Amino acid sequence: MTKFQLITKGFIKDNPTFVLILGMCPTLATTTSAINGLSMGLATLFVLVLSNMAVSAVAPYVPDKVHIPAYIVIIATFVTVLQFLMQAYTPAMYNTLGLFIPLIVVNCIVLGRAEAFANKNTVIDSALDGLGVGLGFTLSLTILGMIREMLGSGSIFGWKFITGDGILAFVMAPGAFLCLGYLMVLFNKIAKKN
Amino acid sequence: MEYFLIIISAIFVNNIVLAQFLGICPFLGVSNKLSTATGMAAAVCFVITLATIVTYLLNAYLLIPLNLTFLQTILFILVIAALVQMVEIVLKKTSPALYQALGIYLPLITTNCTVLGVAITVVTKEFTFGMPSHMLNLGEATVYAFATAVGYGLAMVLFAGLREHLSLNNVPKPFKGIPIALVTVSILAMAFMGFSGLV
Repeated sequence: MTKFQLITKGFIKDNPTFVLILGMCPTLATTTSAINGLSMGLATLFVLVLSNMAVSAVAPYVPDKVHIPAYIVIIATFVTVLQFLMQAYTPAMYNTLGLFIPLIVVNCIVLGRAEAFANKNTVIDSALDGLGVGLGFTLSLTILGMIREMLGSGSIFGWKFITGDGILAFVMAPGAFLCLGYLMVLFNKIAKKN
Repeated sequence: MEYFLIIISAIFVNNIVLAQFLGICPFLGVSNKLSTATGMAAAVCFVITLATIVTYLLNAYLLIPLNLTFLQTILFILVIAALVQMVEIVLKKTSPALYQALGIYLPLITTNCTVLGVAITVVTKEFTFGMPSHMLNLGEATVYAFATAVGYGLAMVLFAGLREHLSLNNVPKPFKGIPIALVTVSILAMAFMGFSGLV
């Protein structure tokens, strides 16, 4: 796989949300608006790139029996770094995303990439892989967030285009499941055509 | 009365899957059959309660006195991973029947975000439950964790029942599998929204 393919595969072919169906919890919970979805995507991207690089660097020295706990500790460390950074520079967003920042540790995308790619590839390739998958995840979350924000509160990235409220259900739980379900259908249709 | 409010709130009003979006992956993954859903629900119930008690005590008597609360994420996930492993070993030795029933679900629970989610929630968030806003004590935290797990089990079993019926229906091709499941969960979540405002 070329370096370019590593970065772009996450958009359509191996899209973590719509094709691989990983990391559903943050996908549904944080996409109440486009900006929240985008922020969650970028936060995951940050952890994904760094943990992929660290895992690929230490993988040859980690005994096979303890590799999962070792990777989880590496991921948890970078999540803690991210928590500090967000508390310092974007405290409002840190409070909005709340529980879902520490829960990046158990996001199956991150551990999945460490297991499936980073532990048998070079540091550079692993970084690019993390970047590609992270960008795909960010893209999906932003699209889902945009749709839910448009329907739920009648705005895009906070810019309101209707007066009054939208359909409140789309900001709440049922709308999240419904939007994601229908987006997957759309994605299946498009992916089939290609 | 307060415990009653905690139980109602955790099971119905703030259901962990349908209102808080935790544990969606295993929720979608093992809810194909009623029997597997029940097994997973029981395993989660067991681990969440145990993990919450252990992490609560560690947080109260180790992290807070030493001023190390920023290590919560790392310590909690390690404790949960170790705990799951230990439960597996103990069950294998002491109760082979229960191990047979829960065995295959146990390793999956480490990465089930409900466990870490509840462990972090009970030590960081303030609750009211009919009283002034306060941090939960150990008893309340345990009841909260157990009730949350029961809510998880309830959602899972209900959904597995729906899905067993769904598998007999002829759905359009692009909807097959996960998409139709998500649309179904959406309707189930709408039903659970009816409980909001109860507590």
